[in-house]
Amino acid sequence: MAQQDTVEPTRRDFLYIATGAVGAVGAGALVWPFIDQMNPDASALALASIEVDVSAVEEGQSITVKWRGKPVFIRHRTAEEVEEAKSVALDDLPDQLARNSNLPADATATDEHRAAPEKEPWLVMVGICTHLGCVPLGQQGDFGGWFCPCHGSHYDTAGRIRKGPAPENLLVPPYEFTADQTITIG
Amino acid sequence: MKRMVGTVRTLAAVAGLVLAGPVLAAGEPPHIEKQQWSFSGPFGTYDPAQLQRGFKIYREVCSGCHSMRFVAFRNLAQPGGPGFSEEEAKAIAAEYTVEDGPNDDGDMYERPGILADHFPSPFPNEQAARAANGGAYPPDFSLLAKARAAHRGFPNFVFDAFTQYQEQGPDYIYALLTGYEEEAPEGVEVPVGQYYNHSFLAANTLAMAPPLSEELVEYTDGTPMTVDQYARDVAAFMMWAAEPHLEDRKKIGFRVMAFLIIFGSLLYFTKQKIWRNVDH
Amino acid sequence: MAGHSNYVPQSAAAKWLESRLPVISLIRGSFVDFPTPKNLNYWWTFGGILFFVLVAQLLTGIVLAMHYTASTAAGFDSVEHIMRNVNFGWMLRYLHSNGASMFFIAVYIHMFRGMYYGSYKAPREISWILGVIIFLIMMATAFMGYVLPWGQMSFWGATVITNLFSAIPLVGEEIRTFLWGGFSVDNPTLKRFFSLHYLLPFMIFGVALLHVWAFHTSGNNNPTGVEPKSKQDTVPFHPYYTMKDLFAVIVFMILFAWFAFYVPNYMGHPDNYIEANPLVTPAHIVPEWYFLPFYAILRAIPDKLGGVVAMFGSIAVLFVLPWLDTSKVRSGTFRPLFKQFFWIFGAVCVGLGYLGAQPAEGIYVIMARILTAYYFAHFLIILPLLGFLEKPKPLPASISEAVLAKSGGGQPAGAVAAPDTK
Repeated sequence: MAQQDTVEPTRRDFLYIATGAVGAVGAGALVWPFIDQMNPDASALALASIEVDVSAVEEGQSITVKWRGKPVFIRHRTAEEVEEAKSVALDDLPDQLARNSNLPADATATDEHRAAPEKEPWLVMVGICTHLGCVPLGQQGDFGGWFCPCHGSHYDTAGRIRKGPAPENLLVPPYEFTADQTITIG
Repeated sequence: MKRMVGTVRTLAAVAGLVLAGPVLAAGEPPHIEKQQWSFSGPFGTYDPAQLQRGFKIYREVCSGCHSMRFVAFRNLAQPGGPGFSEEEAKAIAAEYTVEDGPNDDGDMYERPGILADHFPSPFPNEQAARAANGGAYPPDFSLLAKARAAHRGFPNFVFDAFTQYQEQGPDYIYALLTGYEEEAPEGVEVPVGQYYNHSFLAANTLAMAPPLSEELVEYTDGTPMTVDQYARDVAAFMMWAAEPHLEDRKKIGFRVMAFLIIFGSLLYFTKQKIWRNVDH
Repeated sequence: MAGHSNYVPQSAAAKWLESRLPVISLIRGSFVDFPTPKNLNYWWTFGGILFFVLVAQLLTGIVLAMHYTASTAAGFDSVEHIMRNVNFGWMLRYLHSNGASMFFIAVYIHMFRGMYYGSYKAPREISWILGVIIFLIMMATAFMGYVLPWGQMSFWGATVITNLFSAIPLVGEEIRTFLWGGFSVDNPTLKRFFSLHYLLPFMIFGVALLHVWAFHTSGNNNPTGVEPKSKQDTVPFHPYYTMKDLFAVIVFMILFAWFAFYVPNYMGHPDNYIEANPLVTPAHIVPEWYFLPFYAILRAIPDKLGGVVAMFGSIAVLFVLPWLDTSKVRSGTFRPLFKQFFWIFGAVCVGLGYLGAQPAEGIYVIMARILTAYYFAHFLIILPLLGFLEKPKPLPASISEAVLAKSGGGQPAGAVAAPDTK
């Protein structure tokens, strides 16, 4: 009806087009609240940080705490584990980036960049395999670090992927030692 | 036939009288005055300074008995609210002690509040609150400004829809806080532990002692430190606590209205064009 | 419905689909090419408005259900969570709660339109009856939805309404316990209400399609009540009524937005912002405004069973309305006496609504009884008698003639066929 063989649009055509365009804008604006309501809400966004007292974690022990619904591994590594992690050449790593939320994105995956600053025995990581989201088992696998039983990913004592399908090192969450024996995650 | 029409008209007149009549019946409920509020009307917004003063009163006077469990410290820094910065809100949160836990030993422990925490309640449960307040339960503050309203009656309630009167809650809170009288009028019995208040909706007396007095809370911005001003400020704060998205709502509402009027006008002309050649 | 389609599939794909599932010609026949009387006034747009409100309620309800928790422990808190934390949660919830009121405003206007113009008369009785069924499901849906926020009015409204069933002789108590799933309104009650509140709107949608199917089989009624006689009496549904209905929907949305954005709690009750407490009854229990006339009828009868019977009877009488109205003339326009009784009946319904909100004492009860008696008399005495007593005005020969008479001459009706040529 509106598309006729005239060269210039008439006033009626303009009216129809304007009405349709305004209607389309309104429909678009109306859709947004229905989509945005599925995004994390204000209370979920606010549950950002937890504090963990690690004074009871002896050398060679680990604890797992829950942060944003996910497990976070906190491991007090032994001297051998640290030594082993330091001895690996960067070129031997499938993923050479530190994956540390506290460092720039291009930091390399050295042990210093993975461990807590100035507290090298301490390792804090999100315990989610970077392959498909299972929780790896501690002190297992070919490299004495973590092993994901779901699809056979092996991580070393600094939580770096060494063998298997996982594409990235275990993620280090934003955290800091707010006191000598207290870690604040998030 | 004519007579029948007459009967019908008489019936209609009776029905009209019926509708007008009931205003005269029923007892004398307290009259709640309308107050001026910055947040009333289609373009109303909260006055952040007033909300901050109201919050101060809540904190120093009301929070001893009244919880506010739906409000979180992060809300204090939320747009359309009292306008605290995130740092200020964090500092306020840290001044509160919040129970958390259980820790690894299975014990609950206390720690300073953080933004994600809600305002802690003064009593662990309703029974404790009643026991500490002579059997009366101090209601939670978070929704009170929407949960209280004086009966408007006919025809006021009809006008309210057009004048957008939605401030019955704060009006009532203001009236209640300023409605205490030392001397109860003759014939009103004031039981022990009760106080006479001419604005209280449920009865003549209530268990809450007059909570406000002149210069009770220190204002640093030069606002008069009177009961009247305190009552206004805390009522405004409670309205915000009950309806924290009021500003957003009115802002989006205006855009929706503008859109509907423009789109509606275009549609009207479109419809007229389409129907132009049809008698209908 | 498909019989009115002018659709001829052009492309190979369209032909392929048409020979297997003629859904395009079904839609074209029902909502595009469907011949509609050309004289429908704005009261007829409320069908389209109701369709819009139903879809709006479904959409907002589905997303609210993503955040709502049906439990006595968490229900009230989860509604506050929606109001405070969920992105646009306050807007979705206010649209949904006010949408219920808008639904009833529209449905009452739609029903009174049907009554005034005699849309329930042969051959449209089935469409009318399906409409009354929709109205009943709507009431059930609205009632259960009002329970979900688990405020004081939710709880006590649920208690009072479910107690109505205990008036049934012999098995009343058992039915009430069955409805509750316990010995009071409690968690099992809330959870089944939530489940049914989600289910019933889809049933409304289904019955609404039947409702449309029925009057599309007989053709629309129209303000003259005279059936279309020729093509000159009708226009295709699209674009004539799609655009008119859409315009009406937008105007209705202005009213909707006024309530949802500026006076969102006007239709609600302040007590519902207090969490449900089974130990304390609010001083004055009132249902939502759209139930008030029926609530007044319930309270007008000083007997428990009698009140319940009267209340349900006031809706049941609508089912037989097509056979109670004995007049041969359809439209109220040509019925001088009926017209007056129609408006009195409307005033009586408003009056009952007012009385439903007043305390059940003194003059209010007496007035409620008079109005209740009149309500039933309207259907059971006045309408049957009017058909015999009333002398209707002469009917126009056709819709076109009536239209010409109204506009006082005007263009010949032949222009209808080519409305959009330049």
